[in-house]
This record gives sequence, structure tokens and C-alpha cells, in this order.
Amino acid sequence: MGYLLYPPKNIVHHWGKIPKKWGGNSSKCKLSKKGSQLSSGTINSVEPTQAVEIKNVSFAYQQRKVLRDVNLSVPRGDFATIVGPNGGGKTTLLKLLLGLLKPNSGTIRIFGKPPEKNRCKIGYMPQYSHLDMQFPVTVMDVALMGRLGKGRWDRYSALDKNAAATALGEVKMDTFKKTHFNALSGGQKQRVLIARALCSEPELLLLDEPTSNIDQESEKDLFKILKRLNQRMTILLVSHDLGFTSQVVKSVICVNRQVVIHPTTTIDGTMIKDIYGGDLKMIRHDHRCCEMGHLHD
Amino acid sequence: MTDLIQILTHPDYQFLRNALIVGLLASISFGIIGTYVVTKRISYLAGAISHSAFGGIGAALYLNRTYGLSWLDPMMGAVVSALAAAIITGLVSIYAREREDTVIGAIWSVGMAAGLIFIDLTPGYFEISSFLFGDILLISSKDIIMVLVLDTFIVATTLLFYNRLLAVCFDDEFATLRGINAHGYYIFLLCLTALTIVLLVRIVGIVMVIALLTLPAAVAGKFTTRMWKMMLLSIFFCMAFNTAGLGLGFFQGLSSGPSIIIIAGLTYLMVISLQKFKELIKNRS
Repeated sequence: MGYLLYPPKNIVHHWGKIPKKWGGNSSKCKLSKKGSQLSSGTINSVEPTQAVEIKNVSFAYQQRKVLRDVNLSVPRGDFATIVGPNGGGKTTLLKLLLGLLKPNSGTIRIFGKPPEKNRCKIGYMPQYSHLDMQFPVTVMDVALMGRLGKGRWDRYSALDKNAAATALGEVKMDTFKKTHFNALSGGQKQRVLIARALCSEPELLLLDEPTSNIDQESEKDLFKILKRLNQRMTILLVSHDLGFTSQVVKSVICVNRQVVIHPTTTIDGTMIKDIYGGDLKMIRHDHRCCEMGHLHD
Repeated sequence: MTDLIQILTHPDYQFLRNALIVGLLASISFGIIGTYVVTKRISYLAGAISHSAFGGIGAALYLNRTYGLSWLDPMMGAVVSALAAAIITGLVSIYAREREDTVIGAIWSVGMAAGLIFIDLTPGYFEISSFLFGDILLISSKDIIMVLVLDTFIVATTLLFYNRLLAVCFDDEFATLRGINAHGYYIFLLCLTALTIVLLVRIVGIVMVIALLTLPAAVAGKFTTRMWKMMLLSIFFCMAFNTAGLGLGFFQGLSSGPSIIIIAGLTYLMVISLQKFKELIKNRS
């Protein structure tokens, strides 16, 4: 795994100038048709064209700097992947977007507002491995959690149950409603967690490592579902598995202390080398290149 | 059976009746809170809370004797220090993730130490083993009322916030994103745990109360896939353990606290061994 630790200094130097260029480019992207709310509090109260806008954001856990001068914008309707080596700041970036962490400097806007003010528009799928596997909940219980919210009665209404059932149907899990969450396979758990996120009718879907711990077949199904969902919402996912995502994803955001955006067409060997650093071998097959799991020495 | 009824109605055995009633009633709170403690995996925190209750007991005894505050009951001290410990351990586990175990271990033993020092400073002799290991002779009808009040409160809370608490215990990050004050509910849950623990200190004592909180829920968890069913089942198991333990203690002349815990522990052991055994057979065939 040594090759993953690339000296960040070089990257800072090399990547420092790129963000503006791509940031400028991305503003040309079209708006998605969905969503009618106006951004309040800004001078020109038009509908924000960017789902995610990050300006000069830096973040450090106590002494350890994780992200430096990050500039990034994700237009509405985009399907973007955040890739980068372990420890490069992917999850941190995701938590900043969710408003669970606050940046040390810089601003983050989700549809024109700070993340914690626009959480209702964000659907979030965490890694299922973070959850307690013996927890006594059924699939329906988990999906219904997506309907909870501020200032509402604790009981679920028929409307809530309908919405949860519809969301489960959308990820083809509606026949498992009464199944213990623990009894599901990894891919099924992930789909239930996506359904939970869909329950709240989000405009931005954030997914943390949806491709880890699931088999190839589930991965394919998952991306079919995501592709369909992308027609009505912006999707941003975190992955260390770059090769796979390049088939469906529209743009790639590379995170290793710094952030760079690439359109998927430019993904090639040099870029992957830049992200993961130094000497790694790649194997190309079916328009995919996978940096991990296919290394042969 | 008639023997049992005779004993339970005999005027000399008022203490046994009280213990039985408190045990059965407290099982309601214990089953519910125990389920939260087990599913949220905070039994270690609950252990720290229960041990630090001893600090409050010592402090209350000291203030009572030295300053003549006769209204100050040791159990009031226990409630105050258990609540304080609940809030501190809660904040520590939210904000100081890495050093959580160290801090909680410290609260655990410092609470005990403070209690013992206070008792050293207090003039007169105290039988502290009744607090540490429980003594059913100490249970009065006042305790029954206290247990009833807490039961009502905990049942009402669970009915009102069931789905929120479920979401907070299952995935607090997601709950936060849904606009739920996950940290607030977590601290609140720890405070309820503290109150519940103090309640049964009389029967099983500070040292063993944690087993009675977690074992019924742990056993119940093996049979159910939903939170509310697990609660009901652990209430049932807690009632059964309490009753069986009190009976065993009474008829065999054993301390009731340890009897209850031994029965609960053996049942848990039996359930998990049977389950493992079943899995082994299943895998072989």
C-alpha cells in the first residue's frame, strides 16, 4: 500500500492552478429541470445553478491538515465521483458537505445555502459497515427513518409508509420489507440505505463508498439504479474504485489534500498516477482500469 | 404453591413482598432501558454511571451526618452523581472519541473512590456492602412509589420518542441529517439509564446492577428482529430473573442480588451456547 502515500507537496504544486479552470468550465453545465425553490439571502435571487459549491475550504483535525484550499463546484444534475487514496480526505470532504464537520476556513454551499440549512435536500447513504449488524430493525424500519424530521410527530403516517414502500420499490427491495436488516447481503443493505435516503425526496444524493464490500453483480445493479435516479437528482459518490465508475459517471473529483475535477473522458493512466502517486501498475480491460485488486507483481 | 402464597401474605415477610413488587415493577424500566443500552453498545458507559453513583451515596451520607441534613437520603446522592456521570460520559463519548475508554474508566473508579473517602470522613460505622451488593431488607414502600413514577416516565418517553430514539441508536449521523438532535437524545438516554440504575441499586447493588440491565436485553436480542419486541421480551426476562433470584435467595438462605445475577448470567450463557450449537449442527449437515 506504500504507493498510495504520495508526498502531498508535489500535488499541491501541480494541482494548485487547475481548480479554477474546471470550476469555470462546470458553470456552463445545464440546470436540471427539477426543483423550484429560490435561494434566499443572496443578492440575485435566482435558482442556484450549482448543487455544491466549495470555495477556498481548508480543514484540519486538530494538528493534522486534511484538506487545503479546496475549490469545487458540482452543477445540478451531475453524476460525480470523489476519488482518491485512503486518508486523502474523501470522507472528510463528504462530512463537510453534510455539515457534520465545519471547515476551518472557506465557504460551502449546497444549492446556495450552508449545508446545515439545506439538509432537507440532501439524501445520504453511509457505508453499511459502520452500522451495528445485530441491531433489531427490519428493512421497513430502516427505510422509514428517512421520513423523520424536525418538528413532526414521532409516529409514521400512512403517507410515510407509502413513501418508504415506494423508495424500497425503486431499489427493488420492496419484497424484503419485513426482513431483518442483518439478514441481507451487502449489496441489498446498500440498496436499503439508498431507499432510506430517497424517502426524504432529496435533490442531492451523497453516497459513501457504495462499491466497497459488494460483489460485481450487485455493483452493476447499483449503478443501473443510480443512473436512473440521476435523471431527477444530482449524485455525488465517494469511491476508491475509480476504474469502475468511469462508465456511468459524468465527472471525477480527485481528492488528495487538494481537489481537482476531470470530465470522465480525460481519465487515463497519467491522471490515475497523479491521484494515487508514483509507481503503480494498471491493467486495462473493457474500458475500465482498476488501480486496486488487479495489481500483479 | 400454597406455601408460596402463605409466605407472600405472611405479615413477617413484608420485606420479601416489597422486594418482589419492586423487582417486577423495575423490570419495566430495566427491559426498556436495557434494550437501548445493549443495542447502542454503551454497557461500559452504564457501568461507569452505576459505579459513580457510589460517590453520591458517600457524599450524601457525609453531608447527612456532618451537617445534620437529615432529609438528605443516600439515594438522592446516588441520583445526583449518577446523572452527573451520565452527562459527563455522554459528552466525553461525543467529543473525545479517541480517549473515550480512558476517561470512562477514570469516572468509573474515581466515583467509587470518592464514595469510600466520604464514608471514611463520616463519623460512625456504615455497612457499605448493602449499597455495593444490594440488600432487600432496605426496600420500603417508598421505593415502590419511586419505581412506579420512573416506570410511567420511561414508558411515556418511549411511546413518544420511539422512532427518534431508534434512529439515533441505529445511525446517529443520519438522524442528525434528518434534523434530529442526536446528541441531545443520546445524553437524555444516558440520564434515563442513570435513573434506572439507581432504582435497582437497592436490590442488586452498584457492582452487579449492570448485569441486570444488560443480560435480559442480551437474551431477548437473540430472539427478535425488532426493537419494541426486544423491549417487551427483555421486560419479561428481567421479571423472571428477579423473581427466580429472590425465590432462590429466600429458600436457600442466599443473598438475593447475587442469586438474581447468577440466574441471569447462566441463562444468557445457555442461550448463546445453544445458538452456537445449533449453528454447528446446521453447518455440518
